[in-house]
Amino acid sequence: MSPELILFLVLSLVAIAAAIGMLISPNPVYSALFLVINFSTVAVFYLILGAPFIAMAQITIYAGAIMVLFLFVIMLLGAEKLAPGKVLPYQKPLAIGLAIVLMVESVYAVLARNPSDAEIIVPTEAANSIDAMRDLGIMLFSDYLLPFEVTSILLLVAMIGAIVLTKRAKGEQE
Amino acid sequence: MPPINFNDIEVLLPLIILVIWACLLLLVDLFIPKKHKWLTALLAAFGLALTLGFTLSQLGSESNGFCATGKPSICMVVLDGFSVLVNALLLLTGLLGVALAYGYLKRMGIERGEYYTLMLFSISGMMLMAQASDLIIVFLALELLSLPLYVLSAFARSNSDSQEAGLKYFLLGAFSSGFILYGIALVYGATGSTSLSQIFEIASVGTSSLLLTIGAALILVGLGFKVAAVPFHMWTPDVYQGAPTPVTAFMTAGAKIAGFAALLRVFGSAFPNLSEDITPILWALSAATMIVGNLLAIAQTNIKRMLAYSSIAHTGYILMAFVPYGNPEVAPVSIAAGLFYLFAYTITNFGAWGVVIALEQKESKGLQISDYAGLRRKYPVLAGAMTVFMFSLIGFPPTLGMVGKFYLFRAVLSGGYTGLAIIGVVTSLVSAFYYLRVVVNMYMFAGEPKTDNEFWLRFTIAGAALVTVVFSLVPQGLFAWASRAVLKLF
Repeated sequence: MSPELILFLVLSLVAIAAAIGMLISPNPVYSALFLVINFSTVAVFYLILGAPFIAMAQITIYAGAIMVLFLFVIMLLGAEKLAPGKVLPYQKPLAIGLAIVLMVESVYAVLARNPSDAEIIVPTEAANSIDAMRDLGIMLFSDYLLPFEVTSILLLVAMIGAIVLTKRAKGEQE
Repeated sequence: MPPINFNDIEVLLPLIILVIWACLLLLVDLFIPKKHKWLTALLAAFGLALTLGFTLSQLGSESNGFCATGKPSICMVVLDGFSVLVNALLLLTGLLGVALAYGYLKRMGIERGEYYTLMLFSISGMMLMAQASDLIIVFLALELLSLPLYVLSAFARSNSDSQEAGLKYFLLGAFSSGFILYGIALVYGATGSTSLSQIFEIASVGTSSLLLTIGAALILVGLGFKVAAVPFHMWTPDVYQGAPTPVTAFMTAGAKIAGFAALLRVFGSAFPNLSEDITPILWALSAATMIVGNLLAIAQTNIKRMLAYSSIAHTGYILMAFVPYGNPEVAPVSIAAGLFYLFAYTITNFGAWGVVIALEQKESKGLQISDYAGLRRKYPVLAGAMTVFMFSLIGFPPTLGMVGKFYLFRAVLSGGYTGLAIIGVVTSLVSAFYYLRVVVNMYMFAGEPKTDNEFWLRFTIAGAALVTVVFSLVPQGLFAWASRAVLKLF
């Protein structure tokens, strides 16, 4: 067993355990934290596959920004104190049925795979070097300058909108 | 670092000015005391007028902006006659929107300066849409125009209808954005490019690909949501009824113009080869929208809801102009007719919503059609103006609506879509029933309506009525402008 394989197996176990933990944890805060673990392990997968940029993006954007936002919202709304909501009567059998279908499908896809195209395409060295990231940055500020700038305006508008909808003037009733 | 390309700035100059103005307005508004918010409205209107001036100075110039380095044919935005015409129309919409909003916001106690800032941002998104020549820009422009509209719909925060409108619009709008984004992804997968001209080139050499067609269809679904075409119209009545009335007036006109501009840009420049597949879909969408919109409007007793369904119906009429988009012989005339109809609809629509605003009272009172009873006796001018607008929406002479429908039906007939033209005429006749019911209420029944006498509101209503009648007598100049604007596109 190569060290890479051992690393992969350990990480997969952690990722799967974290995903299950997220699903069954009754407390939304714990669920969110489990998801952070899951995202981080997936980021390490990207590293093993030789895609450092996607790995870093995964950590900063998903595990970092988005999950912290989730945690904030959960804590601000006090969702962890909420009583569990009503469960649809057909939800459990439906979920189990769909999960089994997915399981069978993925096992079939792995077993029935044509051995000739079994190789995973690993990105070339050049696509992952620092040069590639520099090129990405240059593209962003040359060919894609306008979309980049419009995105910044979009974020500004979203911010203004959120404040307009939530900020109360002095003396305004809840 | 590459030098600043002044051509890029020139192409987007009006848009850049408007965005900067909106940012400054946001800051300046903080220092304007609550009693003097008229100053914010005035500054917003001034910014729009300034931008309109710069837009009109671009008349006749054609250029591309923000092109890829070394590839001058792949560009992000384009400036042409069509974009100038649509931008001018959008800025006019903005000016009318400010004029209608000012008195209303004050009267309803929801006056805050951010209203105008958000409106300016929304208009800049619409203008970007009209100039987009890349699917990424189309998507970003769509978001930029939609986000402020979601917030504006919920602007009357204490009113639960307005909150519902905002939330509903946001959820369904996000949903439709997902459709467009997925469509763009599929188109990118099929062609390897997001540039409209590149997509056209790649699509015209290879065999037709299913992926590309599905992508185009998904984009059509998403834009169908935005312009409220049947069967993607379910959100429209609730949102238009719940949103503050000036926002509704602005949405019905502005979002429609921008949506149709995107439809024309995307399908006209990237997918003319798909017209065999897309034209029947457009035909069915247009017919269904006209029929459902007009039939459901009959049952309404609330004027905002009725005008919402009327707006759906008019989407159907304008969609008619896009049906022959892949036929280069008919398409220019037909699209020009569509643009003219958009202008006619914008003016008439703002007038009609202006009258609704004049009669609306706090807590959503004064919005039933029966509340219009006795309007002629107490306010003959207002009743006369409303009559003009209703006639124009039906398509009755001498109004802009009649001229618009005439051009539209003529273009559709010359394209050989007789069935569609017949549906258009019959549904127009049906629509007379519910529009005339408002007129009958105003003239035949007795009542004690209360109205608002704010100057700018009166000014807008009177101006819109005047333009509706006068331009219907001399429509040729405007139609010629529209024809010239779209001729280069085909």
